[in-house]
Amino acid sequence: MKSSDVNFSNSRNARDGLPNPSLSAGFGNPAGASRDLSNSSHSTDAGELPDAEQLTRIYHTMVMIRRFEERVNELYLQGRIPSTLHLYIGQEAIAAGVCANLRQDDYVFSTHRPHGHALAKGVAPQAIMAELFGKATGCCRAKGGSMHVGDVRVGMFPAIAIVGGNAPIAAGAALAAKMQGTDRVTVSFFGDGAANEGAWHEGLNVAAIWELPVIYVCENNLYAASTSFSLTFKVKNVADRAAAYGMPGVIVDGNDVLAVYQASQAAIERARQGGGPTLIECKTYRQCGHSRSDPRTYRTHEEEAEWKERDPIPRFHQWLLDRGVCTAEQLDEVALNVEQTVDEAIIFAESSPEPQVADLYADVFKE
Amino acid sequence: MAKMTIAEALRQALREEMRRDERVFCIGEDIGIEGGFGGAFTVTLGLSEEFGHDRILDTPISEIAIAGVAIGAAMAGMRPIADVQYGDFLFCMMDQLANQAAKMRYMSGGQVAVPLVMRAPVGATARGPQHAQSLEAFFTHIPGLKVVAPATAYDAKGLLKSAVRDDNPVIVFEHKLLYGSKGPRSERGALSPIGEVPEEEYLVPIGEGIVRREGKDVTIVAKLLTVYRALAAAEVLARQGIEVEVIDPRTLVPLDKELILASVRKTGRLVIVEEDNLTGGWAAEIAAIVADEAFMWLDAPIKRVSAPDVPPPFAPVLEREYVPDEEKIVAAVLSLF
Repeated sequence: MKSSDVNFSNSRNARDGLPNPSLSAGFGNPAGASRDLSNSSHSTDAGELPDAEQLTRIYHTMVMIRRFEERVNELYLQGRIPSTLHLYIGQEAIAAGVCANLRQDDYVFSTHRPHGHALAKGVAPQAIMAELFGKATGCCRAKGGSMHVGDVRVGMFPAIAIVGGNAPIAAGAALAAKMQGTDRVTVSFFGDGAANEGAWHEGLNVAAIWELPVIYVCENNLYAASTSFSLTFKVKNVADRAAAYGMPGVIVDGNDVLAVYQASQAAIERARQGGGPTLIECKTYRQCGHSRSDPRTYRTHEEEAEWKERDPIPRFHQWLLDRGVCTAEQLDEVALNVEQTVDEAIIFAESSPEPQVADLYADVFKE
Repeated sequence: MAKMTIAEALRQALREEMRRDERVFCIGEDIGIEGGFGGAFTVTLGLSEEFGHDRILDTPISEIAIAGVAIGAAMAGMRPIADVQYGDFLFCMMDQLANQAAKMRYMSGGQVAVPLVMRAPVGATARGPQHAQSLEAFFTHIPGLKVVAPATAYDAKGLLKSAVRDDNPVIVFEHKLLYGSKGPRSERGALSPIGEVPEEEYLVPIGEGIVRREGKDVTIVAKLLTVYRALAAAEVLARQGIEVEVIDPRTLVPLDKELILASVRKTGRLVIVEEDNLTGGWAAEIAAIVADEAFMWLDAPIKRVSAPDVPPPFAPVLEREYVPDEEKIVAAVLSLF
């Protein structure tokens, strides 16, 4: 097949011009938000919206990630959490939208910014919080910290904090699933910066040639640390590179949880049925700095304000109300429930014991 | 007992382990291509006929992918045996080995195991600086990796089988001049030791060294090809009345430290031989261990016979100067008396 024959443009979101916020459909305006979301639901092939219960669950996940991280940020500023933090705030629609399509036995690989993926895949908030506090009850027994959270019992491998590093590993897990005759799929989350790593290229290439059941989900938040997308890519979209591997490339509004849900649903189903990998690019924005020490002076307040208007959570909140999926009271209850869970997680983490010093020597090797 | 080369012994180990456990598969460049070489040194030759191309999996020239895919597959329940054509290419996949494979278990708090094997040929063989290095020290330095270095056919088979069954990442270093590869892939100047390998199932445990020659006057610790150089030097020295004990640790991580210390306590003298560069090398680590734990038994300084701190050269005359040989070992030993 000639490369010119590899044309997946028909599965692409027509709003190719994102991330330009000026193309967004008037957020803050309920009608606009609603129209935008319903448009995106037409933009993917798989089409079906989740039922009310699942929509509420997705909303819960998004609010959970947001509040978990806001509280974690406060704790960090109060000096109660060591380490640096890479906050996921602003990108919640992606973890929530993708993971809503996954089974517990499907695999997720994440990055140095993994709290959202871990929560969405079902890692217990208490265990993540305890890990951030460096406590023995942490999901990785406080050996990994913020950048490595995971729980294999729910299919979340320890997050891999070397940019691009998870691309070939995710392919390997997908290869294992295929060799074992299962239909489980693997999702690799990564940022735009990862797509300029050699490891990413090698991973996507083998995933394509071996038709592995893996979905590469790019969270293009426009900045690799402080360096903007436009300085590091000659192509307009990360997804444009999919054609080079002979795999479908899909672009979605990463702040539109239903668009993410539908695009990933199609890709996941395709992978599950032996159709091979997909590269999904979610256009989004990291509302906070790259890490805690980032003053964000490389981007404008105007740009930040424009993206704040497109915040995925108020958008979805409004959509749920407009569509009559939930009442305001029900959504308040979700928020209350989340607050309670986060409170409990903090209490659990703070009251948990520190690791024993002897633990330093544990788990270097499997005995 | 069957007599075979190291390449044949390794191939037999792969065959037996793949028959025993369907989770075991091989992954690498040019390992199963019809009409190909069976890997750079013929170790996987013919295996795809029995196991098919799904289990003798040929990759693009993508070392990061070879390592990364092996790691991911291992984490998800398979037992991959990866093959890098030349040890030098391990540097291409260094993040995957050093940051991923070695640390995955630790940083997950013991949730994950990475039972993979990475086979890597080392040694200077007239190929110039990028296909000749001995890289063992880089890997012994990284906590979380096991490292083995078999020098005989018996050990090659037994250690590879143990490596496949180990639940941790194991790097298997093989010396190009010891394979005994045949046909167009044979090596000029190869030692190609033919060894006896039992017909019945056996394993060589990871972490156990062996005394290759007993002696009371001086201990030589050597690995891979330098075991044979040390044994040749011991013959020469024996004629001069010096009885050399030659120790082959076989496994570099975890190291059979007690075997070395016991020998030094007996002989009071230590020479370490390796083909790696001198500075910060494996020999330096052995010297440090002995200085630390057996200093009072030493009757002479510890000597290292290593490659000098230059890249491996191409010209045979320069390469001969670069690699440790019998003469250099004899001179080092004589300097202790």
